Amino acid sequence: MSNETFEPKIVGFLCNWCSYRAADLAGSARIKYAPNVRIIRLMCSGRVDPTFVVKALADGADGVMIAGCHPGECHYIEQNYKAMRRFHLLKQTLTALGVEPDRVQLVWASAAEGQRLAEAIDKLVADIKRLGPLRWPSNWDEDGGRLKALEEIVKEHEEAMEVPA
Amino acid sequence: MAEKIGIYVCHCGSNIAGTIDVEEVARWAGKNIKDVAVSRDYKFMCSSLGQQMIEDDIKQQGLTGVVVGACSPHLHEKTFRNACHRAGLNPYLCQMTNIREHVSWVNSDKESGTFKAKSLISAAAERVKRQKPLEPMRVKVNPATLVVGGGIAGLQAALELADAGHHVYLVEREPSIGGHMAQFDKTFPTLDCSACILTPKMSEVGQHENITLLTYSELEEVSGSVGNFKVKVRKKARYVDYDKCTGCGICIEKCPRKVLDDVFEAGMGYRKAIYTPFPQAVPRTPVIDTANCTWFTRGKCQVCSKVCPTDAVDYNQQDEIVELEVGNIIIATGWKLFDCKRSSHYGYGRLANVYTNMEFERLCNAAGPTNGKIVLRDGKTEPKSVAIVHCVGSRDANSNSYCSAVCCMAALKFGHLVLEKTNAEVYSFYIDMRSNQKGYEEFYERLQEEGMQFVRGKVGEVTDAARQPAEEGKLIVQVDDTLLGKQRRIPVDMVILMGGLEPQADAKEFGLKCGISCSMAGWYTERHPKLDPVATMTDGVFVAGVCQGPKDIPASVAQGAAAAARVQGMISKGEVMIEPIVASIDEENCSGCRICNNMCPYNAIEFDAEKSISRVITALCKGCGTCVAACPAGVITGAHFNNEQIFAEIDGILWDAKPQAETESVTV
Repeated sequence: MSNETFEPKIVGFLCNWCSYRAADLAGSARIKYAPNVRIIRLMCSGRVDPTFVVKALADGADGVMIAGCHPGECHYIEQNYKAMRRFHLLKQTLTALGVEPDRVQLVWASAAEGQRLAEAIDKLVADIKRLGPLRWPSNWDEDGGRLKALEEIVKEHEEAMEVPA
Repeated sequence: MAEKIGIYVCHCGSNIAGTIDVEEVARWAGKNIKDVAVSRDYKFMCSSLGQQMIEDDIKQQGLTGVVVGACSPHLHEKTFRNACHRAGLNPYLCQMTNIREHVSWVNSDKESGTFKAKSLISAAAERVKRQKPLEPMRVKVNPATLVVGGGIAGLQAALELADAGHHVYLVEREPSIGGHMAQFDKTFPTLDCSACILTPKMSEVGQHENITLLTYSELEEVSGSVGNFKVKVRKKARYVDYDKCTGCGICIEKCPRKVLDDVFEAGMGYRKAIYTPFPQAVPRTPVIDTANCTWFTRGKCQVCSKVCPTDAVDYNQQDEIVELEVGNIIIATGWKLFDCKRSSHYGYGRLANVYTNMEFERLCNAAGPTNGKIVLRDGKTEPKSVAIVHCVGSRDANSNSYCSAVCCMAALKFGHLVLEKTNAEVYSFYIDMRSNQKGYEEFYERLQEEGMQFVRGKVGEVTDAARQPAEEGKLIVQVDDTLLGKQRRIPVDMVILMGGLEPQADAKEFGLKCGISCSMAGWYTERHPKLDPVATMTDGVFVAGVCQGPKDIPASVAQGAAAAARVQGMISKGEVMIEPIVASIDEENCSGCRICNNMCPYNAIEFDAEKSISRVITALCKGCGTCVAACPAGVITGAHFNNEQIFAEIDGILWDAKPQAETESVTV
């Protein structure tokens, strides 16, 4: 697939209070932006478990956006700082796994910043288009055979470790 | 049990249907998503017919979950949850997904829009299959209210609630209630005497049987949640026994120690070491300023104790911590003045006859340090010319970019007072004249007729460096007169700087104590800037007055009354429903690592030392989910946002990205 026709699949985790409302505002204002970011609503950016990001990429996403309230303005006081810490550590881990750091981006947008969020999304999509598709799932065999084999091994170990009632 | 999901795709007229093929989305969902019993599209899902459609399907088809693809859940989540509830389906088995604000309104390409809508519907369907029925928690509302701040907004709120028969605890940091309004001379545009309109309210509050006044006190700690807050208030030691003191004032008269009063008198006058901030103070019980009291600093004196007829002075008094239980909190903590020294080019603090607006209020005030005579710092010379500089610390990229809302009107007021009391020329140096409320424009016209001179231009500098003989001994205002198109140097005797309003120095810290946040400028964040200016994002905590943003007295009063009305509503309802989106810890598998303990800004996680496990205090949990994500063992569940549900949502949203083999739930 050439990069010109490549349409990235991106999952966005948006916090209910600021960033989700910012996306709503962008809609009310009819601001047009790239349709590649599919939004999942969470109560807070602090809810974003790094495994969500990894799962999204493993499910075939080419990129992930995490969005929350500006530092100091978190609806739950300070949870976005925790999201920020996790994000930086996650990026280092992903880089070690060979995922380009620009694929996962953290965006702060207050409920009034619909335009800003739209621009951040456009930038993310442009960045991912440049990087090309990630295609993580296809690192496994096409039929999922390697994954199945790993699952068998895990099951074996679980059975061995089970303590009889 | 097999799931039976109902999918409803709303047209919203042409709002969604115009850029999304809604029929196709509904058709696709019915065919491709597993466990979908019915999949429809309809013109207006939020209409009564639309809701009826959902209710009928639930009853007739035995739906176990409902997905509505429409506008933002912030608009209609309740609507569809209620529809489910009416039909006998738990409202938390309903999931809305936003295909209007997030898809049709932001995208003009029908193909990509339809595709994106499919992803979101698929995500919601997968999620709803894993959602669990939840019951909102009902909590009783304690009819007592805490009001923090005894300025005009707080007083209004307290009086409204107390008059309605509910108990109010009013906490004020200063020794007396009254706030900044007690310092003003006259109020615009009516030129009412500020103290004359304020003190009746102060007396009413002081005598009200439903108000417990806690002055010279600070809020230390807040715990609990809406309907049931537990607060700790520190009553600072006054060193005077409140019950014995009659307010006669002999102690103040006889106290030998004079102290510069930089709070109430804005540094323009003096008070004693034992003092009440002003004569009409409520309560009248004085306070000893231990930092300046001869007894406390050097172990000598005790005159106040000796002259007190009721033996009310108690040098051994201690701070007292009072614990209160209230249902709601109203924060009306007001503002502080911009430090005009920061605008060093205006010379405040360096050039003697440059005043701040608050200093000038005290100068003008008949009860002030000069008995209301407008004189220079030497205490006797009347100025022959006065310059009033607008926007000092407001509308300024170097300090605060917002407008402080009241200074233009206050400048006009000062102009009037100078013209009334002296023969001086008065100049106003303004950027814009903001006189937009009732009676304000008329007041501006009046001042123009009275002979106040207006120069449109931001003052560049106030200096005493004379360039010509006429400027000797004067303060020169250097300004770019934008109407004349010329630079001007205007020599005056007195300069009044209209300092801006700023949040209190500890506003942010205080807000965090109560669970609310501030904007970048430091004003408390309201729930909605247009439609909900007194509520905050934290249920049960309201804000009123300038602490929410610069405003004049009528607006502060209105907000105080509005906050009181909101609280009254809760009290008359008697109970409040809390969303059951809370965390819970699986005690069997918790290892007691306590990583979650520090994650919670509401202290909603306690550690059971005996069992060596952590536990969520459900009543305090606000449902942010940060602890859920933090737990290394994964034993914390976030209700309605648990891992299983989010993973399923991710699976559904990436339905088209999975490997070629047929996936469990969605066929490509």
